[in-house]
Amino acid sequence: MTTMTTPSVKKQSTLRRVLQYVGRYPVSLLGTIVFAVVTVAATLCVPVFFGNAVDHIVGKGAVDWKGVRVCFIEVGVAAAVAALSQWLLSLCNNRISCNVVRDIRKDAFDKIGKLPLQYIDTHPHGDTVSRVVADADQFSDGLLMGFTQFFTGVMTILGTVAFMLVTNWKIGLVVVIVSPASLMVAKFVTSHTHKFFVEQTATRGEQTAFVEEAISGLKTTQAFAHEDENEEKFNEINARLEKSSMNAIFYSSLTNPSTRFINNLVYALVAMLGGFAVMGGGFAVHGFTVGGLTKFLSYANQYTKPFNEITGVITELKSAFASAARIFELIDEREEIPDTGNSVLGAERKVAGDVILKNVDFSYDKTRKLIENLSLDVRQGQRIAIVGRTGSGKTTLINLLMRFYDVDGGQVCVDGKDVRDVTRRSLRENYGMVLQETWLKNATVRENLKLGAPSATDEEMIAAAKAAHAHSFIKRMEKGYDTVLGAGGGLSEGHKQLL
Amino acid sequence: MKKILSYIKPYKWQAMLGPLFKLLEATFELLVPFVVAAIVDNGIAARDRSYVVWACAILAAFGFFGFIFAVAAQYFSARAATGVSAGIRRDLFKKIQSLSYKDIDKMGEATMLTRMTGDVDKLQTGINLFLRLFLRSPFIVFGAMLCALAYGWTPFGIFAVVIAVLAIVVYAVMLICMPLYKKTQAKLDDVLLSTRENLTGARVLRAFCKEESERKIFDERNEKLNDGRKFVGGIAAITNPLTYALLNLGIIWLLWTGAVQVDGGVLTQGAVIALYNLMGQILIELIKLANLIVTVAKAAASGSRIEAVLNMQPSLCLTENAEQDEKKDEPFIVFDGVSARYSAGGGAALEDISFEVARGETVGVIGGTGSGKTTLVNLIPHFYDVSGGQVRVDGVNVQSKAKQAYLRERIGVVPQKAQLFKGTIRENLLWGRADATDEELMAAARLAQAEDVILGKGGLDAPVEQGGKNFSGGQKQRLTIARALVRNPEILILDDSSSALDYATDVSLRKDIKKLNTTTFIVAQRTSSVRDADKIIVLDDGRAVGIGTHDELMHTCEVYREIYFSQYKDEERGAAV
Repeated sequence: MTTMTTPSVKKQSTLRRVLQYVGRYPVSLLGTIVFAVVTVAATLCVPVFFGNAVDHIVGKGAVDWKGVRVCFIEVGVAAAVAALSQWLLSLCNNRISCNVVRDIRKDAFDKIGKLPLQYIDTHPHGDTVSRVVADADQFSDGLLMGFTQFFTGVMTILGTVAFMLVTNWKIGLVVVIVSPASLMVAKFVTSHTHKFFVEQTATRGEQTAFVEEAISGLKTTQAFAHEDENEEKFNEINARLEKSSMNAIFYSSLTNPSTRFINNLVYALVAMLGGFAVMGGGFAVHGFTVGGLTKFLSYANQYTKPFNEITGVITELKSAFASAARIFELIDEREEIPDTGNSVLGAERKVAGDVILKNVDFSYDKTRKLIENLSLDVRQGQRIAIVGRTGSGKTTLINLLMRFYDVDGGQVCVDGKDVRDVTRRSLRENYGMVLQETWLKNATVRENLKLGAPSATDEEMIAAAKAAHAHSFIKRMEKGYDTVLGAGGGLSEGHKQLL
Repeated sequence: MKKILSYIKPYKWQAMLGPLFKLLEATFELLVPFVVAAIVDNGIAARDRSYVVWACAILAAFGFFGFIFAVAAQYFSARAATGVSAGIRRDLFKKIQSLSYKDIDKMGEATMLTRMTGDVDKLQTGINLFLRLFLRSPFIVFGAMLCALAYGWTPFGIFAVVIAVLAIVVYAVMLICMPLYKKTQAKLDDVLLSTRENLTGARVLRAFCKEESERKIFDERNEKLNDGRKFVGGIAAITNPLTYALLNLGIIWLLWTGAVQVDGGVLTQGAVIALYNLMGQILIELIKLANLIVTVAKAAASGSRIEAVLNMQPSLCLTENAEQDEKKDEPFIVFDGVSARYSAGGGAALEDISFEVARGETVGVIGGTGSGKTTLVNLIPHFYDVSGGQVRVDGVNVQSKAKQAYLRERIGVVPQKAQLFKGTIRENLLWGRADATDEELMAAARLAQAEDVILGKGGLDAPVEQGGKNFSGGQKQRLTIARALVRNPEILILDDSSSALDYATDVSLRKDIKKLNTTTFIVAQRTSSVRDADKIIVLDDGRAVGIGTHDELMHTCEVYREIYFSQYKDEERGAAV
């Protein structure tokens, strides 16, 4: 179990780890920062130049053509620079987010290979898969959005404020004072909708679990004519899900209209104060013209938009970090104890196959004893059958011999060597086993059969299939040995076991 | 999409009001530049302060009404989207439950689950977004163009050209990216497959020392996915800069012609500002529209996948009036030249099987793995259709529609896969018969050797986790047997359901069941399990190679002898024959 930590501490460390992954790509990171600054600066220049142009178009016969032309050239250059650097910025961001997710996925998968079987046996596979696949994707999307929008959003706000203060510091100041209202409204909405989201997620999880069970037990359900009861239960959960998604969707969708409302008010205020300023009143500043007002209004628009985006991005980032935390949790899982010593079983001579168990103690759940003080001495060539009541630990013994699990006490020795002192690989290579479970890879029959010995010829493989009485039904399959076994695959349990 | 659309019907008002309110909101947004133009031309030019104040008050009022309409629009859209998806989920679940065993085998559990969850969610998002935006974005784009018309044909023409060019660019990028996205999605599936296999097959892969090569496969797939993503991302990244540059070119063009017209006295300075502001609104909406198309396309794909399931006809063949052919004075259960196959065109699972079973008899079904044992017993409750011949119970073909429910009620099945459901032990046992008393439940449990399991877990109210995770294989098997016995079945089918039981438990189970005098089918791998049966059917590759008692078969059936001796020591060979 993970130790309980306060959420803020956890988030901090998640952030730090994300940054470590991001830090592996310093060039792209630098590019992101530089291009973001250039993009924002150039983008902000464009309305200024347009505003100047408008000032040169005063009225009938009063158009300063030379001035207009200069302004348009300025616009052209600024827009070209902005477009180019925006493109480069996207490429950098894309590179970072893709590579980071690839790295995290790789680490997560490597971890799966090293997890003790205990973890795999006790954790739902679907959950682990969704960490590696869905959570990683969610994180990737969030990271990309964070990089592209959060960063440029903040820069745009800062840049706009600066421009506004320079153009007309009085109105600029008013805007700066009023606009946090928009953020506050957004924060108010998100904090109050959070509980609806939690409820929706929980109900959805409940429904998925129920459906999963209902589907995997569908045949049993039909055999017992239990469909109606299931349906009733499903409809009950479904109605709750409808209600909670309605709440979550509706209340969260209020953020945009309400911030937009505040922004519109700010816009109206700027229009009014700006109008006064041009006429020369309390807000007048030297050189503030109609063109200046145009600039100001388009800034007021640009200035408030990032607020909208940033609130959206914050929600996205939150769930991205939640996903990242879930992946890191997997990456941080305790690993199988690494092979101690490089001793390879059967390196000097062929393994004889003497197996000795000395005073072995073992249990899965440490509170309930399973195998206690078991000793065995098996010599080369002896045939041993393991018999016992259900749950008496027969499979467990195999788990210990193959070293899927380690003993709690005592020793398991093969050829006089403690299995913990030889590499797992060399140990397992010396066993041939038929497992209780009938797992098959999603590949052709041929690939599955050759899993044990990739170098086997087709003749050897067919011979083995005949020995297992599997040849006749394989032949009857659509494409014989080249039939792909999919999920479910249409094979009976019995057929699977033969393979 | 017809079927999906029919789910919108109950929400037709919401589905209409949502877009309508969105339209009203957009209208107010479009009017803003006109007010600003009026401020410049009338207010500022005339130095009329109160005019400016009023105009700005109108702007504020526009904002307020926009807000109210937006809230209404979001409400109705959300209402329609969640309502529609809840309705679809309800019917989808019903449909899935009604599918036949064959359909279930064919579709697979994973597919059914994704249809129910992921696909419906995508559809819901798609509907919601569609209702909110499909009118708004085009309305603003074309509305801006129409507004430009107020200032003459020239600006209108410029708007038309700019919109067309931008639309082509956005659409072209989308057209290129969509199939690429699909391709990368397929690559993601490969990554998923790798991950899943390394969990479900951990034991096998490690036993065969495949960790290293599996990691290489994963790395390769992961790398491919990454390359694909970067490539698509690179192309998609062109959209914003390109449209931005084009838009600014358009504005230069607009202002230049505007300047000419102002110079000639056709337009005012305020009008130029208004046109400039209108043009600024186009780009964002066009990009929103493109995103909307992508989301809706995805939702439509999900929708058609869902529809395919909803349109499925359960493949089980039910015949009307089969009772008319009732054969009186026939033994209880009759297999009359029965053949079965898993899929049309596939190999036969059973071929030409005929036998009769009298009431109260115990029938053993034995044979190698994959010889068709499970298929044979699944034909009795009509879980699968026969492909030839007839199965009759009480002289009536099991395909009879009228008898279907009755038949299944009288048969107690213990499937090969012992499956319990989340809830309590009592709830699970009550599946057998909903009105059974606690005493009846415990009696059934005693017969199934499951009494100590229940007591060990703390009684009938002990919780059962999803899929019965908190029970061992043997415990689950005994409880599933108890569940079948609770209904006092007339026919009991035990499909290899003692495989996880030890020998002693298995023997006493069979003894207790024998006492019940129920017609019982026992599918088994071990001859010991069927030795005492009144009749044993020996299957080999889908054919009945021997039918008779243990002693008869030992003399007449080579396959049976082989199975027997493979399980007993060779020394017995002489003694037994």
